[in-house]
Amino acid sequence: MEWEVVIGLEIHAQLATKTKIFSGAATAYGALPNTQACAVDLAFPGVLPVLNEEAVRMAVKFGLAIGAEIGQRSVFARKNYFYPDLPKGYQISQYELPVVGRGQVEIEMDDGSTKVIGVTRAHLEEDAGKSLHEDFHSMSGIDLNRAGTPLLEIVSEPDLRSAREAVAYGKKIHALVQYLEICDGNMQEGSFRMDANVSVRRKGAHAFGTRCEIKNVNSFRFLERAINYEVERQIEIIEGGGSIVQETRLFDANKGETRSMRSKEEANDYRYFPDPDLLPLVVEPAFIETVRGTLPELPDEKKHRFMTHYGLPAYDAGVLTASRALADYYEAVVREVGGESKLCANWVMGDLLGFLNKDGKEITDSPVSAVQLAGMLRRIVDNTISGKIAKDVFEAMFAGEGDADAIIDKKGLKQITDTGAIEALIDEVLAANPQMVEDYRSGKDKLFGFFVGQVMKAAKGKANPAQLNDLLKQKLSG
Amino acid sequence: MHTFSLAQLRAGLDRREFSSVELTQHFLGRIAAHDRLLNSFVTVTDDEALKAAHAADARIAAGSAGPLTGIPYAHKDIFCTQGVRTTCGSRMLRDFIAPYNATVHEKLQQGGAVMLGKTNMDEFAMGSTSESSHFGITRNPWNPDCVPGGSSGGSAAAVGARLAPVATGTDTGGSIRQPAAFCGITGIKPTYGRVSRYGMIAYASSLDQGGAMGASAEDCALLLQAMAGFDPLDSTSVDREVPDYRAALDADLTGLRIGLPREWFGEGLDAEVARVLEAALDEYRRLGAEVVDVSLPNSELAIPAYYVIAPAEASSNLSRYDGVRFGHRCEAPRDLEDLYKRSRGEGFGEEVKRRIMIGTYALSAGYYDAYYLKAQQIRRLIAEDFRRALSGVDVLMGPVAPFAAPAVGQMSEDPVQMYLSDIYTLSVNLAGLPGMSVPAGFAGGKPVGLQIIGNYFEEARLLNVAHRFQQATDWHTRVPAAFA
Repeated sequence: MEWEVVIGLEIHAQLATKTKIFSGAATAYGALPNTQACAVDLAFPGVLPVLNEEAVRMAVKFGLAIGAEIGQRSVFARKNYFYPDLPKGYQISQYELPVVGRGQVEIEMDDGSTKVIGVTRAHLEEDAGKSLHEDFHSMSGIDLNRAGTPLLEIVSEPDLRSAREAVAYGKKIHALVQYLEICDGNMQEGSFRMDANVSVRRKGAHAFGTRCEIKNVNSFRFLERAINYEVERQIEIIEGGGSIVQETRLFDANKGETRSMRSKEEANDYRYFPDPDLLPLVVEPAFIETVRGTLPELPDEKKHRFMTHYGLPAYDAGVLTASRALADYYEAVVREVGGESKLCANWVMGDLLGFLNKDGKEITDSPVSAVQLAGMLRRIVDNTISGKIAKDVFEAMFAGEGDADAIIDKKGLKQITDTGAIEALIDEVLAANPQMVEDYRSGKDKLFGFFVGQVMKAAKGKANPAQLNDLLKQKLSG
Repeated sequence: MHTFSLAQLRAGLDRREFSSVELTQHFLGRIAAHDRLLNSFVTVTDDEALKAAHAADARIAAGSAGPLTGIPYAHKDIFCTQGVRTTCGSRMLRDFIAPYNATVHEKLQQGGAVMLGKTNMDEFAMGSTSESSHFGITRNPWNPDCVPGGSSGGSAAAVGARLAPVATGTDTGGSIRQPAAFCGITGIKPTYGRVSRYGMIAYASSLDQGGAMGASAEDCALLLQAMAGFDPLDSTSVDREVPDYRAALDADLTGLRIGLPREWFGEGLDAEVARVLEAALDEYRRLGAEVVDVSLPNSELAIPAYYVIAPAEASSNLSRYDGVRFGHRCEAPRDLEDLYKRSRGEGFGEEVKRRIMIGTYALSAGYYDAYYLKAQQIRRLIAEDFRRALSGVDVLMGPVAPFAAPAVGQMSEDPVQMYLSDIYTLSVNLAGLPGMSVPAGFAGGKPVGLQIIGNYFEEARLLNVAHRFQQATDWHTRVPAAFA
């Protein structure tokens, strides 16, 4: 029996406003518990919410970037339920009329194929605080610093057909919100969280199967594993003659499985109704146009430009435009070097990203600046160092030992380009290996590499490779 | 001094005939002497009041006094006051001290007014009798066996007995107008959005509106002037200039068109109350006004609509009282659920619980359309009724309540009867219009109020219409003999 997987994602992106969505308290992450919660966030009696215009601006920006209709009139509603980290006893969210309506994004799979995924809506809401269950001796601690942080909840259509598509879509949205500078995308700190609605149906069936919602997945790797586990679980149940119960499930990363959190019957009746403390949000066309004017170049446009302008292959362009910071870094390197776009791409994608990944660092935390990297690349271009020596120089730069020129100087890594000096080294090597020279001359061409290696070794790797090749060939044939 | 108008008090202070400290001491003395009987105050702030009075005297001496500098007032215990507890008449907030001021309080403080204390009220403003307070019932100064009305019954009784010259109130379904009528004073509920709700503890957010209570329309004009205005902290407050209410008071009423909603003068209205209102209308005719019949066909629907919308909003507004961050917390909770249930069960009184349950039910899945949405539709119909009725007249007039103040206990035993008695006031809140209650006479020795309703933001017109009536009558100057 063939099965089709149907997935929809709900993504909560924390908006990068300075202050909360309905109060003037700061939103910075990592402050001492309850030091960034004002009377409004604490839901003291008589306090009232006032909408943060910056949050609206960011939501509109996102809407424009996915080609969505912007709701000219949207309504904030109260979602009522009791929980200690929800101070008001209700969350202010948008229910019937969201600020961002239907839009779409294109995802690209590893094989290069593309697919358009519908975005049903995106709406503004406030985040809750955090319940802390450790270190409180059978009690719970409440930290309300996060309460009232603006969220954009981005809801996809059930257009995704595999865990890989879901990951590609998630990454696309993740890149987009960072491009737009509306979310820092930090998944560890919870700035970008995903819920996956997963169901399966027999291939060719029209009706959707019963879905389960996997809550609060905070990495793409977990998302893929959680969905795959869930798909297997559902198929197994159905093939075993059972049926799926609609429920909310949690992914346990340690066990690699999802488990039930609450069933539909246990679900809250949220008693949504329009929040009488907030007037309907009216987004004027002029406001939308102003925001449109602030839209940056979007990932797809940028990728295209990287291919045409820099002559990069699609793969390189895709990697380099995965984040705006990386793309900016790359372009700065090319600008500084004054061309050599492919060489620049190779270094940024290869050594730089490799070192960063190994250290778990982001491009924005790179110890080697674009200017520094370009400074080294210029030395490759002008033959001061070889590509091979450059790897050592780069490692030293990454370790914070200074600029390329200083490192080259200090370590004496400057390439030997003096013909006489290289010839002298060749002569030494040839003199030391008479038998090999004879073998080569009698037809063992493969020994050429051996001689190159020996000379380079004698040159401590600093001989200009092209010159070395030419001169060695001359000497050996001579 | 306690029978002086605000204008007389202002003149006396400015001419140094008496100081604000003397004035404040005088009213604090009256409170000490009389409030054991009335219980109109939850908290009397003697020390703070005298301190404020001293500061006011200094300001007067420096020549920088504003209209209310040095004038004592009573504050409904629903407005948050930094440093002084704000109870909202509830056990839940028995010891609650807000770390911020309501915008209204901030404005009054800036203006140099002297707060005498915080007045009793129905718990969370839910009630029409001031019997549901955790701090005991408030009694009517005209007849201590009767209720003062509610929910701003403490403010109304305090002004009625001249324990304070003026008082703040809030009105969600009649809570300023009805107690004003029962206590023989003047009260104005302005247009929704005219007075900031920031720091005013919410009952039903789309209906709550702060306002002024005093002996006369002129006194109300002065107090409202200080309370009104746009507040960036309240998204529902309206950014619109506040006119000079006093400047408009004396305008002539010749040609004034008064509409009488015929639905309000039929069955259910006490005959003596009707007689008082007729006499008041005759007075208006003498002042040159023309009285015509108008219709508010959906009047009857106001009660069911209000008692869905207000409890629905209340059920959500009162969720924050969960025993976690402030307010009453039960002893030794076993777990979270126990904490919620007992803290709320112990902290809220019967009427509050009843409304939370009604509201929760009305918003529940499967009932929302039938109750909440339907009520909102009715609300629009009612607003439309008023629009039509006011299109041909300047103001509407009618009763405030179907009868004069009932006896203590009479209403609280039958909540539905209490709900029904709000028929003439609720619809004004549903429409968001300004409304006033003006003393118009007596029925069986108890005061009767005349309600005046105007178009949006026509508070100045209402105050003018009330003031001219008070120039021609003396109902508003009557003080119960025991408090004279």
